[in-house]
Amino acid sequence: MKVKLECHEANHICDKNQYKEAGFLEKVRLTFHLIYCRACRKYTANNTKLTKAMNNPKVDTVSQAEKNALKERLARELGQ
Amino acid sequence: MPKNQIDPTKWVDQYSDYLFNFTVARVNDRDMAQDLISETFLAGLKSMKNFKGEASERTWLISILKRKIIDHYRKSNSKKGKAEVHINYKDDESEGDWLEERVADPFDKTAEDQIQNEELGEAIFNCLSKLPEKQARIFRMKTIDDFDTETICNEFDITPSNFWVIIHRARTAMASCMEKNWF
Repeated sequence: MKVKLECHEANHICDKNQYKEAGFLEKVRLTFHLIYCRACRKYTANNTKLTKAMNNPKVDTVSQAEKNALKERLARELGQ
Repeated sequence: MPKNQIDPTKWVDQYSDYLFNFTVARVNDRDMAQDLISETFLAGLKSMKNFKGEASERTWLISILKRKIIDHYRKSNSKKGKAEVHINYKDDESEGDWLEERVADPFDKTAEDQIQNEELGEAIFNCLSKLPEKQARIFRMKTIDDFDTETICNEFDITPSNFWVIIHRARTAMASCMEKNWF
């Protein structure tokens, strides 16, 4: 079985891991790759920070329904 | 330098998340924030003719929003504040009158954006607005709205590989943008 990953493969697994879509073996191979690859360590660190930031409860969106309501209001005003 | 164009039909999609996060960080109430940005959009519509195109659309909308937030605070504080203000008048003999209404408007349009210490939510939506539209939508649907991969692929008619490439590019761009302002 091929153990060593290329960097683009490692990044791919790292991305999937952010969404919990990476398989167990993939994660093992990623961890091994990170031991010797500083670039991918940095990529993984940034990716994880990004995920944490996105999951922060303070980050909030206007719901699609609310947005549609807003658009309707504006359209009415514009039409007048 | 070309003047900025103004296009109200796109305002809600382009700016509502950013304005919303901006407001919520300052008023701590989702419903109030919703009302305030709604009023901001309407006020923007009415003063469209006054828009000189020197600042960006978003900066202009933010400056309207800031005044609305100040008005909100004045209203909610006016009942608390009055008694204290009167006491001040009586005790404070030096240096003339301090009138509650005479609060200087410190908002300078151009310096503001650079100096402003952005809240996390604002920084995220700011970075998100810099992505190309398709990437931004897919990234948002996956990461914020938690759609699953298959649904998004069907919606945009792309393969999973294509999807992950887009996600990869989006995350790389977001990470480097956040690294500048935030990390």
